[in-house]
Amino acid sequence: MHRRLKRIHEQYNDLLSVSLAGLQLRNPTMLASGFLGISQDVFNRLYRMGAGGIVSKSISIEPIEGYRNPTVFSLEESSYINAVGLANPGAEAFSREIASNRNVPIIVSLVGSSDNEFPSMIKKFDGLNILGYEINLSCPHVAKMGMEVGDDPEMVCAIIKKIKSNTHKPIIIKVGIGSVDVVKIAQVAKDAGADAITAINTIRAMAIDIETMMPILNNRIGGLSGKSIKPVGVRSVYEISKNLGIPVIGCGGIFTWEDAVEFMLAGASAVQLGSVIGYKGLSAFTTITKGIKKYLERKGLKSAMEIVGLAHKY
Amino acid sequence: MPTNIDRIRSIVIEQIIEETPTVKTFVFKDEISSKAKPGQFLMVWIPRVEELPMSVMVSDKKGYAAITIRKHGFGSTALFNKRLGDLLGVRGPYGNQFKIDKESKKALLVGGGTGLVPLMRLTITLNQLNIDTTVIIGAKSKEEMFFEKQANDFLDKTKHNVIISTEDGTYGVRGYATDVMSIIVNKDKFDTVYTCGPELMMKKVVDIGLANSLSIQASLERYMKCGVGICASCCIGDQLVCKDGTVFNEKQLSTMIDFGRMYRDKSGRKVNFHM
Ligand SMILES: Cc1cc2nc3c(=O)[nH]c(=O)nc-3n(C[C@H](O)[C@H](O)[C@H](O)COP(=O)(O)O)c2cc1C
Repeated sequence: MHRRLKRIHEQYNDLLSVSLAGLQLRNPTMLASGFLGISQDVFNRLYRMGAGGIVSKSISIEPIEGYRNPTVFSLEESSYINAVGLANPGAEAFSREIASNRNVPIIVSLVGSSDNEFPSMIKKFDGLNILGYEINLSCPHVAKMGMEVGDDPEMVCAIIKKIKSNTHKPIIIKVGIGSVDVVKIAQVAKDAGADAITAINTIRAMAIDIETMMPILNNRIGGLSGKSIKPVGVRSVYEISKNLGIPVIGCGGIFTWEDAVEFMLAGASAVQLGSVIGYKGLSAFTTITKGIKKYLERKGLKSAMEIVGLAHKY
Repeated sequence: MPTNIDRIRSIVIEQIIEETPTVKTFVFKDEISSKAKPGQFLMVWIPRVEELPMSVMVSDKKGYAAITIRKHGFGSTALFNKRLGDLLGVRGPYGNQFKIDKESKKALLVGGGTGLVPLMRLTITLNQLNIDTTVIIGAKSKEEMFFEKQANDFLDKTKHNVIISTEDGTYGVRGYATDVMSIIVNKDKFDTVYTCGPELMMKKVVDIGLANSLSIQASLERYMKCGVGICASCCIGDQLVCKDGTVFNEKQLSTMIDFGRMYRDKSGRKVNFHM
């Protein structure tokens, strides 16, 4: 009984709750897309474990099997290179998966190769109990999807306009490090009507096994995540948030509460946890949230929102 | 030597044992794998072909471990066809392990196919703890039966009984391993059943175990991409087989609605076991 009361109390803790683009989250930690993102039962567990919000695996109009293994492997310094190949159950099966969602703050990540694919997907999800959408325009290792779209400003604009005219829910655009500067793409997204930006996705990368002399990933090229990309993430959040004034969700190598606070100072209203889950498990949500709380108390602040973008002055 | 078990370690196939026409054991040197616990698995990299989760087999050589492969799909067939001296990569071992109740007096092991691998590692521990152990090995036919000798050897210091069942009756008892189980649980007082094998077999083992109030330890085998708890390909309900398992007990198993019913395919869609 006591524990349940405490949990409810934490849920509405003013100190930790954040709002951005019309979303209200009980704390700033969210699950990053592509991590444990296909099962409602697992979403329920993540929510019980303290996640403030949950972004699903990127969902496409049809199911995708993805590449053959190895699809993910680990590097030193708590980082992964992955080329899963956007494996996902497709919009129809996934909408059935989350149809029973009651109270979990789910954001559905969508991916597509042209603006025409989005309206029918939105139609499947819009009536469900979800907070909004994150649009993946930055997966670095699948042809004609993700970054290939994200590097094309006209397509980015067309997709956002199309989605906006099909839903009233907030849409978040997920950007990454492609051939067009991340700030420029965020600008295009903002102008086209995006409500917020998530930065950043994985960065194109590769590793070769020196004994067999062969690339490790089946797809050869994949995306780098984890600690090694954190400074790039902080830079991206700082520049987008400072220059464009659009709400930003920070992502990339967040492993500790210190990392989360750093992203928030750079301008992130919320943060997404991905790779840390592989190294530290689901308890990362509580550990990081507790750390942020202590930090805010130590600094004598009343709300997590107060630190968002504080470093912009410098 | 790398201490990070997530890094891919290069290994050389130093010995190949032909268990049956479709099953081989590869022995390789790897200190970390040699210390794997019963129930744990490795992610085995077949360069430029696949990466597969595989239970860690025992080797009698110090600092060595093994994997036992059944020729089946694309990846396992490529692995099966590897030769002496070929290079593979391994990461892990991952997952939890079989829990042995120290009070246990009489253990029952039910395994089929390569599901016998974690059970072989387990027999070594049961032998050390001097627990009376019965092993039921299920196979399609005499030709496809393996690990009978290993089971007897590994259990040499404790009271034991190794029963073979074949579906075609060419060796041992005719029928499924679970048919044998149904009969002997009524005759003998077992306290715990340990199982690994095809999920539909394990589902039956669990049902019989629950009906007879046995403690159950089942090591589940599911399709995996990452092996480290991030892709959710292997999830059953809210449990991740790679991280929370591979071994689950009777309490967990009896609440897993999808156990023995549905699994997730490569795309993450739920698929029925009986298609
Ligand atoms: C295995 C894996 C799968 C991913 N899948 C997706 C995806 O489907 N959609 C997406 O927008 N990002 C995906 N990402 C990127 C993450 O959401 C995140 O942006 C990136 O990993 C950086 O955060 P991190 O360092 O905390 O992991 C994936 C990353 C990994 C490692």
